[in-house]
Amino acid sequence: MRRILIVGATSAIAEATARHFARDGDALLLVGRDATRLPIIADDLRARGARNVGVHTMDINDLEGHGAMLEAAQSDLGDLDCVLIAHGTLPDQLQCQQDPGLTLRELNTNALGTIALLTVLANRFEQQGRGTLAVISSVAGDRGRQSNYVYGTAKAALDTFLEGLRQRLHKAGVRVLTIKPGFVDTPMTRDFEKNRLWATPEQVGRRIHRAMAGGGDVVYTPFFWRFIMLVIRLLPRRVFKMIRL
Amino acid sequence: MLPFGNGRSYGDSCLNDRGTLIDARGLDRFIAFDARSGILRCEAGVLLSEILEVALPLGWFVPVTPGTSLVTVGGAIANDVHGKNHHRAGSFGHHVRCFELVRSDGTRRICSASENSDWFAATIGGLGLTGLIAWAELALKPAPGPGIEAETIRFASLEEFFELSRVSHDRYEYIVAWIDSLAGGKRLGRGLFMRGNHAAAGAVSPDPPRRGPGVPFTPPFSLVHRPFMRAFNALYYRKPRRPSQNIHYQAFFYPLDGIAHWNRLFGPRGFFQYQCVVPVGEGPRAVRELLREAARAGSASGLSVLKVFGDHSPAGWLSFPRPGVTLAMDFPNRGRRTLALLDALDEITLSAGGAVYPAKDARMSATTFSHGFPQWKRLESYRDPGFSSNLWQRVTGRGP
Repeated sequence: MRRILIVGATSAIAEATARHFARDGDALLLVGRDATRLPIIADDLRARGARNVGVHTMDINDLEGHGAMLEAAQSDLGDLDCVLIAHGTLPDQLQCQQDPGLTLRELNTNALGTIALLTVLANRFEQQGRGTLAVISSVAGDRGRQSNYVYGTAKAALDTFLEGLRQRLHKAGVRVLTIKPGFVDTPMTRDFEKNRLWATPEQVGRRIHRAMAGGGDVVYTPFFWRFIMLVIRLLPRRVFKMIRL
Repeated sequence: MLPFGNGRSYGDSCLNDRGTLIDARGLDRFIAFDARSGILRCEAGVLLSEILEVALPLGWFVPVTPGTSLVTVGGAIANDVHGKNHHRAGSFGHHVRCFELVRSDGTRRICSASENSDWFAATIGGLGLTGLIAWAELALKPAPGPGIEAETIRFASLEEFFELSRVSHDRYEYIVAWIDSLAGGKRLGRGLFMRGNHAAAGAVSPDPPRRGPGVPFTPPFSLVHRPFMRAFNALYYRKPRRPSQNIHYQAFFYPLDGIAHWNRLFGPRGFFQYQCVVPVGEGPRAVRELLREAARAGSASGLSVLKVFGDHSPAGWLSFPRPGVTLAMDFPNRGRRTLALLDALDEITLSAGGAVYPAKDARMSATTFSHGFPQWKRLESYRDPGFSSNLWQRVTGRGP
């Protein structure tokens, strides 16, 4: 039985992953902004077999609230075995281009708030000498693209932070897992037209659950995104800057 | 509008060409499960397979299950599905304690046998037309484990089938027969009688049987055709069988769930499924006529199933399960020939005072429907004005 903290627990991917934790009989603390939806998800996970499920309301951008949240985790679960960070927003790229304030807010939500939380968690886990920190990043961080570079920037920042953290914490026996989904059909992407490349939250949740139990440092899901992004990264800049992606 | 669960109805009862379908699979959360009493409350988009995954390890089984577990709770209620244990337990609707019904005008009602009981009886078997079921509370039944102690007995005639049904009625919880609908003449009505009970804990490994690869694409022609099916049926009938064995519940209840996209075997033109029920008195005669008609028409019927329903009054106004005998057959779609055959089967069913199952139907006429479901006008008055379906429009001429 593992003790798992889930930040952004109302996200479709987090919920799909949490259902696997519940089936495993794990103890969970669900953290998110929406105080009405958290208990509904908690009830579902409890019925599916979770040992116990607590909820805590918090906004990632409220840095002072991080402390209270971690205290709640300590009292609810005790020492943590895993953390899954799954919150995020999808910035409106065109709106961001017109609004520096919005751009910075999106970077706070998707990168800086997470980095602040990870800074504290990293120290705890380093002291513990065991555990897994899993963060949902995105293929968008692999290369800045015209269509979503604000989002891509946040994810790229996370990726680099996690890579350094991985190197540091490996010495302490702590795993740092970077999850890079491609296109996923969730409420966040509701306005997009979907095609064969799109994955379901259930598929991604299954993959994350497996990765958190097993091995891997950077996981692309579905797997073929590793190759798609490799090609995109290898495009010469001369060519890249001419196309629309 | 029409709620759409997991789309396992065979025909157009879950389609709404002139309107919108509400994808109810998003309502897939469990709300509460009391492992001591077996009372489960969940959203209506939860699948029976998901319920079994959660509840069986805790000693609880779905009280009534159709031949596939890949149906939603809402769909199970809307079609008032039945299973191999109808003679004992009745239909799915008999085990629903309450549910919440949401109408297009925003009103919400909790319905049960004691509260809004008219809405309760209208919605069970009501084909999704009374509104959207948001959640439901079910009474699960205790089961010691995932095993079923199952026995298969060969029978050579319909008389033997009815006799086997009669003697098995009290001692066996699950009873169904596979019938060789291609066997004519002297061999008419031969088949395999399957009966079983829940096996004691530990009788089988909890691991489900391995799933096959499924049918990855639709072949350009049907693979279900007469010469092949005759040979298959003959071999299947004669295959040596152990007298009694413990098998996993998935192999006993859901053999087709393990073959993803099995419907593709029927090729691009697909197939029709025909299931009817005829009253007890007419049973043997009507079933014999139906089988004779099917064998004569030369239409290969893949899987034909025969069962005697128990003496339970229907749970809903439009419930299909009622006292009598039910026969289900598949027919590859050969166009007008097949439709003519199904019309002929309707005539036999109607003259026996029976009914055709809407969940399987894609073509029954308004006459057939109104004879089989005389309470349809009552349902029409409870139908949500914003809800309709292809089937309802076809069999009643009512709709947007």
